[in-house]
Amino acid sequence: MLLEDLHQIAAKEREAHQRLRYCVSVCVAAGCLSSHSDAVKESLTREVAEVGLRGYCQVRGVGCLGLCSGGPLLSVEPEGVLYQGVKPEDAEDIVRSLDEGRLTHLECSPDQPFFKRQVNVVTENSGRIDPERVEDYIAAGGYEPLVKALTEMTPQKVIDQVSRSGLRGRGGAGYPTGLKWGTVSKASGDTKYVICNADEGDPGAFMDRSVLESDPHRVLEGMVTAGFAVGASRGFIYVRAEYPLAVKRLQVAIREAKRLGLLGNQICGTTFSFDVDVRLGAGAFVCGEETALIASVEGKRGMPRPRPPYPAQSGLWERPTLINNVETFANIPSIIRKGGDWYASMGTKKSKGTKVFALTGRINHTGLIEVPMGITLREIIYEIGAGLPEGQTFKAVQTGGPSGGCIPEQFLDMPVDYESLAQVGSIMGSGGMIVMDSSSCMVDVAKFFMEFCMTESCGKCIPCRSGTAQMYDLLAKITQGTATSDDLALLEELCDLVKHTSLCGLGQTAPNPVLSTLRYFKDEYVAHIKDKRCPAGVCPCGSAKEVSA
Amino acid sequence: MQTYLEKVSPPSADRRWKLVSATMRRHGYQRQALIETLHTVQQSFGYLDQVSLRFVAGSLRVPLSQAFGVATFYHFFSLKPPGDHTCVVCMGTACYIKGAPALLAEAEKSVGLRPGETTADGKVSFLTARCLGSCSLAPAVVFDGEVAGKVGPVELQSRLQRWATHAS
Repeated sequence: MLLEDLHQIAAKEREAHQRLRYCVSVCVAAGCLSSHSDAVKESLTREVAEVGLRGYCQVRGVGCLGLCSGGPLLSVEPEGVLYQGVKPEDAEDIVRSLDEGRLTHLECSPDQPFFKRQVNVVTENSGRIDPERVEDYIAAGGYEPLVKALTEMTPQKVIDQVSRSGLRGRGGAGYPTGLKWGTVSKASGDTKYVICNADEGDPGAFMDRSVLESDPHRVLEGMVTAGFAVGASRGFIYVRAEYPLAVKRLQVAIREAKRLGLLGNQICGTTFSFDVDVRLGAGAFVCGEETALIASVEGKRGMPRPRPPYPAQSGLWERPTLINNVETFANIPSIIRKGGDWYASMGTKKSKGTKVFALTGRINHTGLIEVPMGITLREIIYEIGAGLPEGQTFKAVQTGGPSGGCIPEQFLDMPVDYESLAQVGSIMGSGGMIVMDSSSCMVDVAKFFMEFCMTESCGKCIPCRSGTAQMYDLLAKITQGTATSDDLALLEELCDLVKHTSLCGLGQTAPNPVLSTLRYFKDEYVAHIKDKRCPAGVCPCGSAKEVSA
Repeated sequence: MQTYLEKVSPPSADRRWKLVSATMRRHGYQRQALIETLHTVQQSFGYLDQVSLRFVAGSLRVPLSQAFGVATFYHFFSLKPPGDHTCVVCMGTACYIKGAPALLAEAEKSVGLRPGETTADGKVSFLTARCLGSCSLAPAVVFDGEVAGKVGPVELQSRLQRWATHAS
């Protein structure tokens, strides 16, 4: 496969596309599928055949169109009309309207801030290509960066571009990607591995799932490029078994890439070979931690081990291993194509580029968004997300899942980047962003996350194993209205202990939801303890009859 | 040495064991294939039992204790057979703040099931999930593999009652 071959495939694809008068793209990513977009697609296909438009109008499934709350979504080209809340019985009207103008009652304006305020890098093809067709990806310019890297660049040059881009790990911790790649490439040994962490375990986060379901080749391309840069010839994608659609689309993508010689032996006629295998996770949150993930790929229990040695020196089967998150790999093709400087031109001083967030909770526009770093939380929530539903007042936004914190209103004008989020006691995390209103009790939310960490603790180190259970008990006591102020002091002490003595990230960050709610919503804790009252009316302590039941 | 290389034969003539063996063969019977193989077992049989764990552990030359350890460590693996119908309530953050706890209470009230339990007659299993990633449909519930969005206690109750009372 050479550049010319790619261009040929792309040209053929575009030609076929131009012959069509219309193209209806129905979102078949998980969100819209759950609201039966597959039935919409079927009835559209039937309708097109019935009115004899086959050959002129293509109906296809595409990845996530972003605005999940409007699902099922579909777009009609060439007009660029977006329809939301489409039902199978709307098919007739939609097909008829192709020649006669648009259906205003289903229309969803693509000019609204939800779409206009986004900057799409990782999600540039999402909703525009059929994720199960490699030709679609190639027509959108895909695999060109890989061929360019393999034929025109040295591994060092690839690493240089990634370093220049300022890209930092999108799994949450934010370690500079270029630095990591450099360490693995310098590590001694002939056998090295590349692992893609797609074990998206944060509740309320579905960015990686969406990227894998919408544009799987992009992730593969990033991995192959990484393999070339660090000198690895084998890669693994560790993906949650709970994401069957993502797994299926990845497997299709791997098969297609192999068929075209973009994966496998002697890629693009060079001496570089790279193979990718899918490994299924089995529902253990701790496997998002890199050393635990490695243990799981080896077929063992997913328990972390102390670092150093870091996986970059000794990882999978004790070989140097590069581990990056789905979104990190998905950024690579764009960085190679447009250069590291282009990527670094977006974002803030220390956090470059864009970040994908899953915006959910008490907000009008829930869905998947990609924004430049440095945008404020207020812009995300009130412009892109169109604010909270009528009659609800903002209380906090939760980022970073069980490792993150709740950010109150006073910090809404803060720019979103790794440092500022850490400063207010939360973390960037993988990108879950959950908006809460006054109907949520912050103590209850802290309890919810602590229950999560307690159940997910692997049990290897004592601070995390017992500490999370103790903290959970204390929080339960507070919500039941039986806690004293001594309990609160003990809780604070335990937070500090668990944070500083746990073995891995799970334990070290488990106290964050408690610490951040204690910092900004201490009055709610006090109300539970002193007045035996839950201000939000969620916890049982407010009504004695529920307790006795 | 000889004993290590002896091939373990499947526990029964059930054709589903062929699928399990195929997974192990694809991985060259290497120990690292343990989790992948257990996935195949669960996909084929619905759950893992002692018979299957022994077979897989023996075939991959992994100590039974390790196979059991892996099977119990990961939430995705189940050691109990599932009911005829399964209902999974998403307990992700978005679903939680939008009313998933009320659904749990409803399930306990109407059919007496707590998360992880199956009715005595084996008709209905009730489970929770960490996050289905269908946050825009919160609270989401999976009824027999099909995701339903914005589910209220009334809807949940009617589905569960129907399953629990009707013959499957």
